[in-house]
Amino acid sequence: MTAPLLQVSGLSVSFDTEDGPVQAVDDVSFELAPGEILAIVGESGCGKSVTAMSIPGLLPRTAKVTGSVQLGGVELLGMAPRRLRQVRGRDVSMVFQEPMTSLNPSFTVGRQIAEVLQRHEGASRSAARGRAVELLKLVGMPAPERRLGEYPHQLSGGMRQRVMIAIAVACSPQVLIADEPTTALDVTVQAGILDVMRGLRDRLGTAMVLITHDLGVVADIADRVVVMYAGRRVEQVGVDGLFADPQHPYTLGLLGAMPRAGGRAAGTTRLAEIPGVVPSLRDSPDRCTFADRCARVSGTCRESRPALTSARPGHLAACFHPGRVPA
Amino acid sequence: MTSVLPEAERGLAVPRRAGAVRRSRLRRRFLHRPFAVAGAVLLLTFVVLAVIAPLLPYGPSNSDFNALMQPPSGAHLLGTDDLGRDVLVRIAYGARVSLEAGVLATALAMLVAVPIGLIAGYYRGFIDPIIMRITDVLLAFPFLILAVGLAAILGASLRNVVLALGLSQLPGIIRITRGEVLGLREQDYIAGAVADGAGDLTILGRYILPNALSPLIVQATVAIPTAIIGEAVLSFLGLGVQPPTPSWGTMLASAQGFLVQAPYLAIFPGLAIVLATLAFNLLGDGLRDILDPKAVR
Repeated sequence: MTAPLLQVSGLSVSFDTEDGPVQAVDDVSFELAPGEILAIVGESGCGKSVTAMSIPGLLPRTAKVTGSVQLGGVELLGMAPRRLRQVRGRDVSMVFQEPMTSLNPSFTVGRQIAEVLQRHEGASRSAARGRAVELLKLVGMPAPERRLGEYPHQLSGGMRQRVMIAIAVACSPQVLIADEPTTALDVTVQAGILDVMRGLRDRLGTAMVLITHDLGVVADIADRVVVMYAGRRVEQVGVDGLFADPQHPYTLGLLGAMPRAGGRAAGTTRLAEIPGVVPSLRDSPDRCTFADRCARVSGTCRESRPALTSARPGHLAACFHPGRVPA
Repeated sequence: MTSVLPEAERGLAVPRRAGAVRRSRLRRRFLHRPFAVAGAVLLLTFVVLAVIAPLLPYGPSNSDFNALMQPPSGAHLLGTDDLGRDVLVRIAYGARVSLEAGVLATALAMLVAVPIGLIAGYYRGFIDPIIMRITDVLLAFPFLILAVGLAAILGASLRNVVLALGLSQLPGIIRITRGEVLGLREQDYIAGAVADGAGDLTILGRYILPNALSPLIVQATVAIPTAIIGEAVLSFLGLGVQPPTPSWGTMLASAQGFLVQAPYLAIFPGLAIVLATLAFNLLGDGLRDILDPKAVR
């Protein structure tokens, strides 16, 4: 693997609420190589979005962020707002979940794309317009010249998400962070968007952090996967290892809850579910946060926090009883 | 890539500039509202009257002492006043004063209030409650009382009428702007703009203000007639435009003494105030209907 482009180490985020501090992200580390697609998966509230938002410093001021986020060796945490603004959209850009509401309704699509180029690259209006057409082509927008003059409300959700991606990659960022980019779209459009993202990686070499809860998306596009649970990493592995040999019981649970077309159980049995609910993030106990929902729970699980250990090179899991079959 | 798209998403409509499409759609929607059109026509009549005032056969201060307090006739369509001046001509000149006062006062109020409202709503923090409490204090005074008080302090002249009315309009417009901004700042596209590296000025100028414009335009059409009435009141009370300059308010004031002998001296300027106010209100209602996506069509 080449030198990491993005290095997140020991990232912790907590929010002070009226009921005390909430630890949304607890000691998360990962690295991203140029052109790599890293997926962060987990259920709602596991801290994956907060992790993503903290990379370009987009969390509200109430968030307490510690650890380190380095982009090409430059620390982003605690960077001056003026410099951070230059990084955002140029070196690190984001695509959000809601294409329907993420575009400015008052301006045409073309102007919104051009604006980013004018802001970060000082492009002239006409040059930016020309680039906007190219970008819309790049994201597979049909009839790009015409779309340029249209307002967001004239476009479908899939087309708006393509515009969002075009804006995000306008300045050829090194890292694209996509926070559930396909969740709000229907399945055929989803596949199209994933194709676009893969194409961008192949053509521009853009590295991506993909936040999702959809393991189908992960299998489709990701190179490596971080599985998060209750703000912590529970497993980190290449995408093949995730499906071939998952170690953490939570990962196994997620995989078991995934419908499988034509599988042995198709249509005949219930999908497996993980019992219980995600624990409150109020306290960050020195115990396994998954213990109360885990079939393999033992005394140790409730007494100490499992460390991430290598099951094999490049495959980490935080469990005292790892493996596909319970020991 | 493209093959994934259903046929419908490729868009087969005739190419046409989106801005033109939007404008023609708005025009069509506007023309479908008879009251709004009536308001626009009425307003246009007053504007034309104000513009052609110098072309009318009599001057605003020309007295014809052979025709004092004449009722409406062929020579003087709306009659003459106690000094033999043509009422229609004076109403036409009064329209200049009224429209000027209404539009300038509102423009002044918007120019000052909108930036204050943007700052209060966008930055929140300690500045927001300070601005809001000040507007609360100002709002505690009825609009006309505030305007009368300010005009009394500033002195009587058209410029001061504009100032007094503009200042009195500030708190309402500040509040409306702030309210709009509070809603808009939570929109996803604002978060998107931040993620794309936009600074505060860009966000306020390109993302928040344009999207807050519709309610502000509507507010302006309410503020203008309020200011027109305000001008009439101030002039009536002698705090505004001074005689002999014709103003609907001063005409009403001088008509007071002749309500029995020549009621038309009060009726016509009064009607002018009512109609001008109505014109703006009808127009404003129409604009609100076509500009507000939340309104029932």
